[in-house]
Amino acid sequence: MKLKWQCQLTKPAWSPYVVGVGIGVLSWITFGLMDKALGTSTTMVRAAGAIEGAVARDHVESNAYFAKYLVSTADKANPVVDWQFALVIMLIAGAFLARKLGGAPKPEAVPQTWAAAFGPSKARRYLGAFLGGVLLLFGARLAGGCTSGHGISGGLQLAVSSYLFMAAMFASGIAAAMLLLRRRKAG
Amino acid sequence: MYSPFFADWTTLLLGGLTGLVFGILLQKGRVTRYETIVGQFLLRDFTVLKVMLTAMAVGAVGVYAMLQLGMIDGLHIKSAQVVNNVAGGLIFGVGMAVLGYCPGTGVAAIGDGARDAVPGVLGMLVGAALFAEASPWVGRVLAPIGDLGKISFADATGLSPWVFVAALAAAAVAVFFVMRRTDRGTSA
Repeated sequence: MKLKWQCQLTKPAWSPYVVGVGIGVLSWITFGLMDKALGTSTTMVRAAGAIEGAVARDHVESNAYFAKYLVSTADKANPVVDWQFALVIMLIAGAFLARKLGGAPKPEAVPQTWAAAFGPSKARRYLGAFLGGVLLLFGARLAGGCTSGHGISGGLQLAVSSYLFMAAMFASGIAAAMLLLRRRKAG
Repeated sequence: MYSPFFADWTTLLLGGLTGLVFGILLQKGRVTRYETIVGQFLLRDFTVLKVMLTAMAVGAVGVYAMLQLGMIDGLHIKSAQVVNNVAGGLIFGVGMAVLGYCPGTGVAAIGDGARDAVPGVLGMLVGAALFAEASPWVGRVLAPIGDLGKISFADATGLSPWVFVAALAAAAVAVFFVMRRTDRGTSA
């Protein structure tokens, strides 16, 4: 494999296998040096709880699920901005840097496949993205993880929970995409 | 609540560096793009499968080797709660097909310049808050059904974890060769 050619930051994209190896090796580092597994969706709970707590502090503190992630106890400090929160924020910087250096074209405001099914309206796309996001995180927290926490980290640890999650996710994702996005006239 | 607000700076630095590298990898892998994610579910672009399977296979070899050599104390396996994992996965899949990103790639997509990822991430925050409201019921009613605990396939079967690591590696190699045949002649 022409690894040197494929890994340059100035290339618009790398081979998916090179990226997969990179994420795998990154997991070695987080497990080996930081005793952490890659994950992202818990940060959404911390962020949502911190925002909701600014207006309804008692409500958030009395919710056992929020409290588990946000309220410090005698034996465990629970900062809002923790290791994973820093990771999630820096994802933005990493992806920004990678596109700037690689010169990949900026994505369209309304992606083609979406427009073919639901029309070119930006408002409709943004509303759809919002509702998709609601389902996404509700599902992730119900399952106990997302594509990184269950998918990559759980998958590499051979966790039974993660393979159950991935099988369900691919099954419903394929069904939903086929139903919603295929062969629909623009409208 | 909110005290401390921030973790210590080394923790934040390590998390931030991990995120920076992860973000670069996700963007270079094109999985921060709507078309890549949706293309996987429409079975016309297998980038997501290639990235995930390679990452899992490579990650598994290293992490289980470190565990065996005593370099790490333990794993971070999440509880197998059959109803929660499956129902959550089903809802997640629909959300991912509609949004076109998952939580990590959605946040990274903002950096990649996708404007629709902004309402997507706002939706994620609302989804997390809604789940917190539902969590007492979920914990009482759903979670106890089929709760197997924090088990791996090695625990579940009594076999060596290396059997499953080898299977994962074999699956990744198989996908590589099958895909190389279908990808031939295209730029991917």
